[in-house]
Amino acid sequence: MGSGSSVNANYKYSLQKSENAFKAAVLIQRWYRRYVARLEMRRRCTWRIFQSIEYACEQDQIKLHNFFSYLMDHFTPSSSKERDFISRMFISGESFKEAELEKYCDYESMEVPDSYTGPHLSFPLLPDHATALLEAFKQKQQLHARYVLNLLHETRKHLKQLPNISHVSTCYSEEVTVCGDLHGQLDDLFLIFYKNGLPSPSKSYVFNGDFVDRGKQSLEILIILFTFLLIYPKEVHLNRGNHEDHMVNLRYGFAKEVMQKYKVHGKKILKMIQNVFCWLPLATLIDQKVLIIHGGVSDTTDLDMLEKIQRNKFISVLRGKKRKESNRNVEIQEVNGESNAEADPTGNEATPSLPSQPRPAQAPSMANRLEFSRWVRQTVQEQIEWCRRLVDISESEDEELTYSSMVSLADLDGPCWTRQEEWKQILDILWSDPMPQEGCRENTVRGGGCYFGPDVTGKILEKYNLQFLIRSHECKQEGYEFCHNRKVLTIFSASNYYEIGSNRGAYVKLGPDLVPHFVQYQANKTAHTLTMTQRISRVEESAFRALREKLFAHTSALISAFKAYDKDNTGRITLSNWATAVESVLHLGLPWRMLRPQLVRTTADGMLEYKSWLDDLAMEQRSQEHIQSSLLEVIYRNRSNLETIFRIIDRDHSGLISFEEFHQTWKLFSSHMNIELTDDGINDLVRSIDFNKDGNIDFNEFLEAFRLVKQTQ
Amino acid sequence: MAEKEGNGEDGAVAEIEKKIIEAFEVFDHECNKTVDVREIGSIVRSLGCFPTEAELHELLAKVEEEEEPTGYIHLEKFLPVMTKVLLDRSYRPIPEDVLLHAFEALDENKCGYLTKDELVKYMTEEGEPFTEEEMEEMLSSALDPETNTVLYRDYISMMIVDEPEDLPQ
Repeated sequence: MGSGSSVNANYKYSLQKSENAFKAAVLIQRWYRRYVARLEMRRRCTWRIFQSIEYACEQDQIKLHNFFSYLMDHFTPSSSKERDFISRMFISGESFKEAELEKYCDYESMEVPDSYTGPHLSFPLLPDHATALLEAFKQKQQLHARYVLNLLHETRKHLKQLPNISHVSTCYSEEVTVCGDLHGQLDDLFLIFYKNGLPSPSKSYVFNGDFVDRGKQSLEILIILFTFLLIYPKEVHLNRGNHEDHMVNLRYGFAKEVMQKYKVHGKKILKMIQNVFCWLPLATLIDQKVLIIHGGVSDTTDLDMLEKIQRNKFISVLRGKKRKESNRNVEIQEVNGESNAEADPTGNEATPSLPSQPRPAQAPSMANRLEFSRWVRQTVQEQIEWCRRLVDISESEDEELTYSSMVSLADLDGPCWTRQEEWKQILDILWSDPMPQEGCRENTVRGGGCYFGPDVTGKILEKYNLQFLIRSHECKQEGYEFCHNRKVLTIFSASNYYEIGSNRGAYVKLGPDLVPHFVQYQANKTAHTLTMTQRISRVEESAFRALREKLFAHTSALISAFKAYDKDNTGRITLSNWATAVESVLHLGLPWRMLRPQLVRTTADGMLEYKSWLDDLAMEQRSQEHIQSSLLEVIYRNRSNLETIFRIIDRDHSGLISFEEFHQTWKLFSSHMNIELTDDGINDLVRSIDFNKDGNIDFNEFLEAFRLVKQTQ
Repeated sequence: MAEKEGNGEDGAVAEIEKKIIEAFEVFDHECNKTVDVREIGSIVRSLGCFPTEAELHELLAKVEEEEEPTGYIHLEKFLPVMTKVLLDRSYRPIPEDVLLHAFEALDENKCGYLTKDELVKYMTEEGEPFTEEEMEEMLSSALDPETNTVLYRDYISMMIVDEPEDLPQ
């Protein structure tokens, strides 16, 4: 061919080539974008799983309270032993008077041995002490109990002088740094100090609550924060969070951490901490324009009331169910330990005539069920009435105290709030969450506080002439998040909260212009070296493990739900029905159809053999072969509550409860949960654990034996 | 309440709709049946589709508000359009071997790998170009740091996700 056509051929060839390149590129890009989208979906689903499980856990708190209420309503104490057992559950924690507290938590007589190589504290504290502590904790050293108690004493003394709402001004320190939840993650605090600098006269900090629980170094964080608080009282501000609460600490790990680290003095330390937490301020105000609270607000939030109430009266903000007759809530935590005792026959009580405790009449024979239950009701009523009357009396005493002290301080026309109104103010501040919809409704997921809408935010900002709110309380993927049209900022400082790679932590800096500047971080070297795929896979694995466990814990309910779709008893259901059934049992609001490929491996033409699927789940969870699957299921489902109850019963924090108490707890719990469990069943359970011969149960062993606690890493 | 089993058209359509709603809700942050228009791509793709950017824009045109685009897409508009997409099996997946051929087409010297520069050039200048972010992200997992090349065969096998074809037949 001539040269013309070869040029033509070349031209055609290169045109073809670039067309091919174009097509190839589009194909690859198309495929890659699809891949990334799928990753994004997986990431969001994983996040949903963690959140729904976390909040479902907090809903357990409601169930725990319902359990206690159930006990109050149904338990028939047939012996003084049982009566003591029950009242111990309600009246946990004697309320100490000031002098008694000092005496109980005395540290001055504690000797620090020469062998102790940790830091020594002397008061007043100096910046060198803080540096020494930081260094010591980096080396995994432990502060001697004497210094811990001393520090707590001094902290309490300091906090008592502070108002309920701290005031911070940016003109002194130029910039204020606000940090959110830390939850015992010391590495995050170190990272914040590393990136932002230590607290100092030119560096102000506000820590917005939830310093403890879940993470393993809650105590170290407290020690560091309290130390800086005492060294730089003008620059360091702490807000109380919902986890600065004894009842919550029993459940979420802080109490356990303290007892493990301080075997001899842990109980004293916990007692002191209880009395420090209640003195933490409730809120911080920057330049009178930015309000910082841990949870949120409600449509009844009243800053004037919040400023004036006696915040230390609320050692624990969690309470029991509202009683039918009385208007006031039963202040379970506030009842004086003395009221537990039998009335002095000579009537030496200072309180008005205490009714003597009614003795239950002879129980009728069990054969006649109707009569028996009538007797039960009557006896229980009497017992309850007696308990309530005791509670009423001591509570009214407190009421008078509040009223008179307020009358003397404020003008006589001033308001007199009920204990309940005050309690609600604090509860709302510490437990509420924002929601996108307008209005204000009860936060049933958490069991405390409310969901507040943009209109509620708007009204509060307007009423008090504020610019925006800063709160924490909720984990956010990026460490922070705006909502309500940038009027509410959530700041969360615990990175990798659910799992390594799950989220970043952040802190926010505000200058005189009050424009927020964010710094994000992730405190784990591994997280940085992983690719996006690897990070997501890892977090996903963790989430699905937790989800499979939850599914296992509801095996019986799932089987019933599946059977409803399998009328012909073929043992199979459609995948569609699987999804509907699972949601109807777990109530987690998860996108089950999206999650299905990870949960259900093998299917035969769109149908699932549900029994074998559940068996596979059980195989994963089974650690104790000889314990019936159904029993294990029950334990799994109720483990947090079980653990909390154990800790409440174990008042001296020894880690031991008697066999009798264990049996009692189990029986009560199973009757409340409508579980069929014979005495043999319980004995089997007990026998599977190596108990001390003295008839005590080390419940830590019990919990670990059933893998009810996360293995320490 | 038992539903119709997966046979028959009605059952299949109902199931598809449920899937779409689930995927939609994952991105519905305000729980008001709307999603940001920028998330539609992720939703469509995570339902098993492999549209090009151009095809995605076409789809968006069908689901956006007629008068003025608000930046939000409503579920009630999205659902019928997406259901049809899934029933028609539009935007089919790319089989592994086709993907391999695409990489081979770009690999001029047929050496089994692309250099970093080559990949960046093709992905950011050809076809429907990547953003800087997309390019960075792809490199982080595709690039062998020692040789600074992309061994595409290995890369593909690592990334191909084994997904059961769970769309109704």
